[in-house]
Amino acid sequence: MDILRFITAGSVDDGKSTLIGRLLYDSKSIMIDQLEAIEKQTKNREDGELDLALLTDGLRAEREQGITIDVAYKYFSTPKRKFIIADAPGHIQYTRNMVTGASNSDLAIILVDARHGVVEQTRRHSIIASLLNIPHIIVAVNKMDLVNYSQDVYNNILIDYAAVAKSLNLKDITYIPISALNGDNIVDKSTHLNWYQGASLLDILEQVAIHDDINLTEARFPVQYVIRPQTEALHDYRGYAGKIVSGIYKKGAAVTIQPSGITTSIAAIEVSGNEVDEAFAPQSAVIHLADNVDVSRGDLITLTENQPTISNEFEVLLCWMATKPLVVGNKYLLQLNSRLVRAVIKDISYKINVNSLEQETAPEQVQLNDIIKVTIKTAAPIPYDSYKELRVNGGAILIDETSHVTVGACMIQ
Amino acid sequence: MNKYQLNYLDQLESESIHILREVAGQFERPALLFSGGKDSITLVHLALKAFRPGKFPFPLVHIDTGHNFKEALDYRDAMAERIGERLIVRHVADTIKAKNLTEPKGKFASRNALQTFTLLDTIEEFKFDACIGGARRDEEKARAKERIFSVRDEFGQWNPKLQRPELWNTYNGRIDKGENVRVFPISNWTELDIWNYIRREKIELPSIYFSHDREVIEYEGQLVAMSEFVSVEPTDKLSTKTVRYRTVGDMTCTAAVESTATNIDDIITEIIATKTSERGETRIDDKVSEAAMEDRKKSGYF
Repeated sequence: MDILRFITAGSVDDGKSTLIGRLLYDSKSIMIDQLEAIEKQTKNREDGELDLALLTDGLRAEREQGITIDVAYKYFSTPKRKFIIADAPGHIQYTRNMVTGASNSDLAIILVDARHGVVEQTRRHSIIASLLNIPHIIVAVNKMDLVNYSQDVYNNILIDYAAVAKSLNLKDITYIPISALNGDNIVDKSTHLNWYQGASLLDILEQVAIHDDINLTEARFPVQYVIRPQTEALHDYRGYAGKIVSGIYKKGAAVTIQPSGITTSIAAIEVSGNEVDEAFAPQSAVIHLADNVDVSRGDLITLTENQPTISNEFEVLLCWMATKPLVVGNKYLLQLNSRLVRAVIKDISYKINVNSLEQETAPEQVQLNDIIKVTIKTAAPIPYDSYKELRVNGGAILIDETSHVTVGACMIQ
Repeated sequence: MNKYQLNYLDQLESESIHILREVAGQFERPALLFSGGKDSITLVHLALKAFRPGKFPFPLVHIDTGHNFKEALDYRDAMAERIGERLIVRHVADTIKAKNLTEPKGKFASRNALQTFTLLDTIEEFKFDACIGGARRDEEKARAKERIFSVRDEFGQWNPKLQRPELWNTYNGRIDKGENVRVFPISNWTELDIWNYIRREKIELPSIYFSHDREVIEYEGQLVAMSEFVSVEPTDKLSTKTVRYRTVGDMTCTAAVESTATNIDDIITEIIATKTSERGETRIDDKVSEAAMEDRKKSGYF
């Protein structure tokens, strides 16, 4: 049993909340008291249908306004997998929420309304999925009941989406016709959709192979904390605590500490308090080095044979996440895993139109939800990888030094 | 399963250890809020894995309402002793006296809301800049929207509309003086994950989690422990039942469930079969209104 994290992209109108409610309900992850609570609320509505969408709307303002404000996390399991759903709102003003939810996801379900086909919003969600490099995509054509379960309608949508996927270079796409409202093809195959040969949505989610998404070649270990008991018995104990974000570390291996470039080797590795011969991503571990070298929080322990890029100037795709506009030349803090450095945004090359992927002239003021290509200069060199190649060491956040708020998501190029 | 693959409990454990170490790396004066319940017991177990053979870079803090189960308090003291870490206890009763607060009234008068006052005072007293708690997102729908690093203003308030976006596994713990961050390392665990982990790791729990005989009052379908904190009326139905606790909070607002489960295996079997959520079955305080938890969180509660 492992964990699959996925994001659902779509708006209330696409039946996104209904789909999540349906997955929870049909996998028996909803408890009686939670069901009674939504039944009670449904009674106040005109149609009286059980509104599964109410299961995902957590905050009072959301229930009052019938919208989703923020990313909500939902959980369910089957005997094969534990699932974590990042439920992000799909409205245009919430690009930042989808970027947030997508950053951690192994898979995205992109919902398409069978009546409307591939629309601007479908493109936007697919572009974000591609920019954030989500490894697996499921295109769920929803509301098939409203188009008489027509195979032609479905096939036409597939042709349209294939063009989008090609332009975005999306990998591993699975298509499925569903009706979230009626439960068609969600947990069990629907008799209304006999022409569909594939598996049900839940079967697909259970089977998608995600283990190969973890990079075991490029080894990266950001040091979070130094364990030094300084007791008599453990006088010389000095362990570097962190999480292996990628790769495999073996006892005796030659390592290089970045960005200092100092080389040494691994004397010992501990996982959960036990000494082991090797440890791998995504394990948390403690590494002991053979030489007494200067290592502290923010340093990256790498295998000498496979090095990241080290530079103080690089290009990033930046999603702006603050209501305060970005000011070119302003200083921010850049946090990449445990490393924190001062950074300045030097210049903006262009803005990406999230509906068409076209490059547009850089705007005078970069606003919330804008995605732009910029050059960033940092006060000290940082060891990084290209986000496209190694997501876990290529995604950084920008922090406003005065308000401390996270203002941007950087995908290093 | 190939050699370089982790099962889900190992993945959850690694994520939580990573979060605990981020707290140690980013904050000057963190604390771990310990209640004696299974979730905070799991947190302590994870902290042992994150920091041993070193000491914890934070003390354990317990906000004692005075309405706790004796078994939970005994467990707390024995555990702090066994692991040799510092335990700070602050009492709601002292806050009530010092600040002239009004004790809540009613049949099952709960000091749950007053706990927030003591917590905020304790944060101020020790200048804590981060408080680690055992809340899980599956518990309640307001919690489903909570960040792992959740910033509180100087009044301890949570503003759900102004949360920082939290990307990848990068946690932004930067704050102004006076503010603090609530950190939830087991956000992504469910109730069943916790029990499976407790079984795997053979973590010891307070005895009230297992089946025992107890004098209870039946109240609106829930079983509340008879204690000096409950005002009994002649019409109350008192009886001795075989029960266990699914959550451990105050005696006045935590209900027991009828059960003969005497070990973890039995409990897990019961939880898989159960049709009611943890908080729905055992927390009287969440039933006050649709947004009861949201409101308490906004004013500084966990």
